[in-house]
Amino acid sequence: MTATDQELRQTPLHAEHVAAGGRLVPFAGFAMPVQYPTGIVKEHQAVREAAGLFDVSHMGEFEVRGAQALDLVQRLLTNDASRLAVGQAQYTVLCRPDGTALDDCILYRLEDRYMVVVNAGNLAKDRAWFEDAAKDFDVEFTDRSDELGLLALQGPKAQEILEGLTDADLDGIRFYHFARGEVAGREAIISRTGYTGEDGFELYVAAGDAAHVWRALLEAGEPVGLIPAGLGARDSLRLEVGYILYGNDLDESRTPLEAGLGWAVKLDKGDFVGRDALAAQKEAGLRQRLAGFVMREKAFPRHGYEIRVGGEPAGEVTSGVLSPTTGKGVGLAYLPADAARPGTGIEIMIRDRAVPAEVVRPPFYTEGSLRR
Amino acid sequence: MADLPPNLMYTEEHEYLSPTEEEDVFTVGITDYAQGELGDIVFVELPAAGETFEAGASFGTVEAVKAVSDLYMPVTGEVVESNNALADDPSLVNSDPYGAGWMIRIRVKSTSDVEGLLSPEDYADHVG
Repeated sequence: MTATDQELRQTPLHAEHVAAGGRLVPFAGFAMPVQYPTGIVKEHQAVREAAGLFDVSHMGEFEVRGAQALDLVQRLLTNDASRLAVGQAQYTVLCRPDGTALDDCILYRLEDRYMVVVNAGNLAKDRAWFEDAAKDFDVEFTDRSDELGLLALQGPKAQEILEGLTDADLDGIRFYHFARGEVAGREAIISRTGYTGEDGFELYVAAGDAAHVWRALLEAGEPVGLIPAGLGARDSLRLEVGYILYGNDLDESRTPLEAGLGWAVKLDKGDFVGRDALAAQKEAGLRQRLAGFVMREKAFPRHGYEIRVGGEPAGEVTSGVLSPTTGKGVGLAYLPADAARPGTGIEIMIRDRAVPAEVVRPPFYTEGSLRR
Repeated sequence: MADLPPNLMYTEEHEYLSPTEEEDVFTVGITDYAQGELGDIVFVELPAAGETFEAGASFGTVEAVKAVSDLYMPVTGEVVESNNALADDPSLVNSDPYGAGWMIRIRVKSTSDVEGLLSPEDYADHVG
């Protein structure tokens, strides 16, 4: 065992993954299952056609309470938190003063507090950022990441599976809304959110309850095709529907506007960190933007492959996959704004060969069960 | 434990060489161990019949969901046939690497080159 292995953290579901034969790989400091013996393609198909169960307990959860809780999240995050009703969630971005992105997050409004869900790989810097900013506000900031497990039940059969295990009114939970309820007898936040383009739920439970809920879901879902699914399928599923991945498609060198996340940046909500820079960038016009592309012949575009426009290097693939559902190579890349228009012909350099592709507007797969 | 047929020869890059009825023609594919490490294979690029490659040269690629790997020629020779079935169903490499998931058939330049490859025991040590 290497030193790296010893330093890897384990989620509350680690023993479940080992028992299921999961192939554990280092991811954001955690040992995470990239796949189970079923394989990434079958796990991907299960989520599209029935349901898959993901452990995403590595994600971080912050709580912000107090008289100025709204003021703090409004100050740090780009979306307009004042529009959230209790029981509602929103996608949002954490920016630096220059408008570049520290992370992309989900903000939940609970009765008495906000919960910010952050990427595991950014947890330490996000926490420092929040803690520093919180000093100027009448708030109580708490990192709950180690106390919570997070399970994502995704797929057209998700509701059918969950219904038998909960007293919550699932029909009453619309997309990007949540309710509190019991799942398999354990308290949970039941959120109709996900990262797959399918209907589904993300279940926040106490870390000590995670394994019980995981096993109960797998048992209840097995007759309708539920299987555990790993990070590999999670990545191909999210990319097929054009969801960005922080670290690939967004990082500290890019702004949310360049990443096509302008819909989550509310410049008119009042001042917030990054607002002036983002307003100026919008005013000046974007020089580059994140574009989707589809290969014109069968090929697998991968992260880091060079892109050429008019024969000249113009960027590189930030995420790519040979779509398990459509059979086509698809991906995302930052391109000069005029090349980022749908219909533009580009080339991806795949092992010294320029393979033709076309800029398209994501999603690359539109038949998912997700209903907004 | 990965399947390791005793009648084949192997390379350190995880290709196998399997004899055919013709003395100087061999079937080439990747080992059961290799397909297991790669995971789900979704695309295989193979050369056309008639192309020749030196020992150690890349004759194609295999794309798994998480990674791409080069395929290396075990010995110098000429491609006499490619497995066209892999274009429609690359997962045959996962499900039957020594059978329906074969990749190319080659006519070797010198049959004595084959003797320099790894025995099943040596290959087992290599991946062990």
